[in-house]
Amino acid sequence: MNLNLQTIINICYFAAAVLFIIGLKRMSSPATARGGIVWAGVGMLIAVVATLFTPGLHNLPWMISALVIATGLAWYSGKRVPMTDMPQMVALYNGMGGGSAAAIGAVTLIAIANGTELHPTTATSMALALIGSLIGGISFSGSMIAFAKLQGWMDRRFTFPGQQIFNLAVFAVTVALGVWLFISSDNLSITVIVAFFVLAFLVGLLMTLPIGGADMPVVISLYNAFTGLAVAFEGYVLQNEAMIIAGMVVGAAGTLLTQLMAKAMNRSIANVLFGSFGAGASGEAQSIEGAMKAIDPSDAAVMIAYAERVVIVPGYGLAVAQAQHKIWELTQQLLKRGVKVRFAIHPVAGRMPGHMNVLLAEAGVPYDLIADMDDINPEFALTDVSIVIGANDVVNPVAKTDPASPIYGMPILDVDQSKNVIIVKRGKGTGFAGIENALFYKDNAKMLYGDGQDVASKLIAELKALD
Amino acid sequence: MIDGIVALYIFMLAAFTGYEIIGRVPVILHTPLMSGSNFVHGIVVVGAMVALGHATTDLERIIGFLGVVLGAGNAAGGYVVTERMLEMFKSSKAGPKKSGH
Repeated sequence: MNLNLQTIINICYFAAAVLFIIGLKRMSSPATARGGIVWAGVGMLIAVVATLFTPGLHNLPWMISALVIATGLAWYSGKRVPMTDMPQMVALYNGMGGGSAAAIGAVTLIAIANGTELHPTTATSMALALIGSLIGGISFSGSMIAFAKLQGWMDRRFTFPGQQIFNLAVFAVTVALGVWLFISSDNLSITVIVAFFVLAFLVGLLMTLPIGGADMPVVISLYNAFTGLAVAFEGYVLQNEAMIIAGMVVGAAGTLLTQLMAKAMNRSIANVLFGSFGAGASGEAQSIEGAMKAIDPSDAAVMIAYAERVVIVPGYGLAVAQAQHKIWELTQQLLKRGVKVRFAIHPVAGRMPGHMNVLLAEAGVPYDLIADMDDINPEFALTDVSIVIGANDVVNPVAKTDPASPIYGMPILDVDQSKNVIIVKRGKGTGFAGIENALFYKDNAKMLYGDGQDVASKLIAELKALD
Repeated sequence: MIDGIVALYIFMLAAFTGYEIIGRVPVILHTPLMSGSNFVHGIVVVGAMVALGHATTDLERIIGFLGVVLGAGNAAGGYVVTERMLEMFKSSKAGPKKSGH
């Protein structure tokens, strides 16, 4: 009887793995994306319900209360957050997954120490339990720091002299403890196990602290892949095929996604992790010639009202100011006047690739008005007015002209090629990378100071007054 | 018991599957897809349930309980957030201005 039940459960896990793959596949195409998450969701539900019937499972009241409490809280928080805060929620939930994988590793190791392990311990399962715990632990604490940074609870970067050597030393000690546990698997000490986990968490914390906000998308994506791998490894330890397959698929997909993102910023993953952005540019940065010129909303309105082509370049500042709805209203005003308006999206605009597209879609901007960098760059020379709202580093021509600049080589939107540029900005500060923007000093650039939403409202009012 | 070499095959094939799935994805789907894959590794909750279900000491029970809480949070939160992001695709598609690209 028990054997039969276990077979049915295994079939459920198999079905879940298939549903996950179909779901992810559907999510990778715009037409089927919405259904994809439902497929994967059904797979998850099947797997969780099947697991509840596993023969010989104890602590069921604990288990069910944990499931109910966590599902309720996560569901509520996920429903409630504004769209702009999505990236940190992804970081948070991802960290939880990493923590869960680490917890599985910890319980397994403690069970081995007590001689009550579920499956006979082999060298492979011991090694994977330890590696999974380490990766899961790093993903847990690292994602939590990423969450705190994106949420604005923490200073953007935290650095001290000798940081990399210190971090490397902590990592080496952690690995050494892991090797010690591996060698002494017949006689595990709980103290060493605890020390191992504390250090694994510390590694994730130390690794993430010096990384600036601009690099967070890459980091979250990397930790997403980490959690996937940790889940796959702990899945092997528990002899659970669904965990192995789902974890490995996510691990591979996440790794590729991380590479794509890093490439979009023209940086290597190693560079993101170990080179603090904007901290140590080699050599003297070129000095910037010219002065910033301000423009007021009424002049700006006239400029765009009689333009033939206008390109709007939104950045994260637009989302922070919650200005996407007003910008769409402004766009509609311009379209009504016969102005050709397009939105230009840099691959890393927002806090994750594609984040800005989601935010614009939320405001109702149709997709055919949104262009990506490669499509729009040749068109800037034909553009009468470019409006830059809340974007900074991604339009900085220094990335092309100054080899000493930390962002040198990063592909940018060639906004400076258009006849006029209006930069909507709250003050004279620098972007996330902390670099002066040469665009602001160009002859064709005008600064329109103010909050994004405020400025958009004023422009709309001025446009209406022109009729 | 999954044999070591069989496990290696499973790891390898699953990795290729993951790689292939993401291979040619438009940038606009990067964020939902990252969120979606974040949901999929929420399957870890199943492992945490098994770990808690076989816990014999209080320490194991506490850690196992935390594991289930974290895993379930990953799965539930990941689902809601992904669904909300993908919801956007529907609204703009159904919008009057949509004309394909």
